Amino acid sequence: MDGINARFKLDWPGFTLDVDLALPGRGVTALFGHSGSGKTTLLRCLAGLERPSHGRLEFKGKIWQDENTWLPTHQRPIGYVFQEASLFAHLNVLGNLNFGLKRSATAQRVGLEQAIELLGIGHLLARKPDTLSGGERQRVGIARALAVGPEILLMDEPLAALDLKRKQEILPYLERLHDELAIPVIYVSHSPDEVARLADHIVAMDGGRVVADGPLVETLARLDLPIRLGEDVGVVLDATVGTVDTEWHLARVDFAGGSLWTRDRGVPTGKHVRVRVLARDVSLAVHHPEPSSIQNVLDGTVESMGDDDHPGLLLVRVQIGASQLVARLTRRSAAQLGIAPGLPVSVQIKSVALME
Amino acid sequence: MLTDSDLQAIWLTTRLAGITTLILLLVGTPIAWRLARSRSWWKGPLGAVVALPLVLPPSVLGFYLLLTMGPHGPVGQLTASLGLGTLPFTFWGLVVASSFYSLPFMVQPLQSAFESIGERPLEVAATLRASPLDTFFSVVLPLAKPGFITASVLTFAHTVGEFGVVLMIGGNIPGVTRVASVQIYDHVEAMEYADAHRLAAVMLIFSFTVLLAMYTRRPKPARGD
Repeated sequence: MDGINARFKLDWPGFTLDVDLALPGRGVTALFGHSGSGKTTLLRCLAGLERPSHGRLEFKGKIWQDENTWLPTHQRPIGYVFQEASLFAHLNVLGNLNFGLKRSATAQRVGLEQAIELLGIGHLLARKPDTLSGGERQRVGIARALAVGPEILLMDEPLAALDLKRKQEILPYLERLHDELAIPVIYVSHSPDEVARLADHIVAMDGGRVVADGPLVETLARLDLPIRLGEDVGVVLDATVGTVDTEWHLARVDFAGGSLWTRDRGVPTGKHVRVRVLARDVSLAVHHPEPSSIQNVLDGTVESMGDDDHPGLLLVRVQIGASQLVARLTRRSAAQLGIAPGLPVSVQIKSVALME
Repeated sequence: MLTDSDLQAIWLTTRLAGITTLILLLVGTPIAWRLARSRSWWKGPLGAVVALPLVLPPSVLGFYLLLTMGPHGPVGQLTASLGLGTLPFTFWGLVVASSFYSLPFMVQPLQSAFESIGERPLEVAATLRASPLDTFFSVVLPLAKPGFITASVLTFAHTVGEFGVVLMIGGNIPGVTRVASVQIYDHVEAMEYADAHRLAAVMLIFSFTVLLAMYTRRPKPARGD
């Protein structure tokens, strides 16, 4: 009732979109896939920017599209962020922010002020779009979409057109959105890193179809994820900062099943964080290993094994308490160690990425 | 200096060009919008029809207009039955003919202005709750402003410069259809070279000034981003 039910069928020369999805009505859902997988097209169908030949779209109990109904884009209570900020060149920043605000029945001044504050663009209001940097433009684009007081925020790769430095500049704002927005966000991305940071729910797409769909933590821990992630295979753990070791500049994060040490990045104790552990940074030992430079060693049990992209490699899922990690091994080392489901192993983790 | 009949001809020409430009702003804008946005099969034929006056001899266009608007033509019979008489050899007949003759000068600059705006600003406006009509006035018009200025100036100047169509449709009635270009022709026919010179110089200076203003105006890109 409070979610989004979407069924679309769209036929273009050389491309077919065929999806039937139930999306959660809260949190950030990542539409993830390689370019050409149909994720942007799906987002545009949700916004009414594409009109699929067959489709049914229900948003929180209201029909936006079926055989007899077609709610045009301007009547849908959405906020939309385009890949390039696409600000109106004839208006200054405030004019851009006010454009939707003036036309929206649900928008409130407070929403505009919050959006300005949230995206940190208060000092840019009188500027024209062509005087802004790419990162600033995109922040204005996001604030403009929020200012209309939307019931759902649709974002089409908002970082894709930006260089790494600008991405780093915007990501903290997106993480704030994730923490502070009460509305559902659909976030299109082809970047596993962005997805790991921002998403609660993931919809993986390939060739115009949904190939996997579920909560982020469980879905990333799947070994049979039918989408090639290459070096980005890995899991995300929900954790809390347990303690900070000021002498060694390390922070201990606790997750369901254990603790990991990571570089202290000034995150206060008790704060909820995400940690991302890539499969390539995880190795397994059958006996408790000799002391080494690797700080994070956990005890676990092999849960299952699956194929990796390369025939010489193997993915191993290890159960650690209530959590799971994925390790990438060569098939030869797995055979020599006798890795098999049920085997107790020591899990050595070379590197942990902490994400607020 | 200029004689009274010269001034009368100049005033008539200005009025004709002004009214034609206004009419074409109203008529040409939707045509240009359609041509810029549509991907339909009739886009080609419509574009060709709009461009016809660029290549047709004015006498051909004038001839057909004369037939259609004359007492035996469909438009002529319509205007007669409405009690308006027939249009040829009247000022409004000239206005109608000029509107056809100058159509491409309005439509083509507008079409390329609309095309250069692209789809994106329209989509952005829709996601910001603007209806299509609202979007046209609040986004397309301001972004296409340079195109509207170019199109209006070209239409006005081109109408000022027409001769053949005027002669076919309007003839040469002082104060009614005798525009500046026809007046010059009259002066030359009457061997009044000095008078022809003065009026011709006015026309030359006007045309050059208009084009100079057009080509030196700093083009501001009308882009969505």
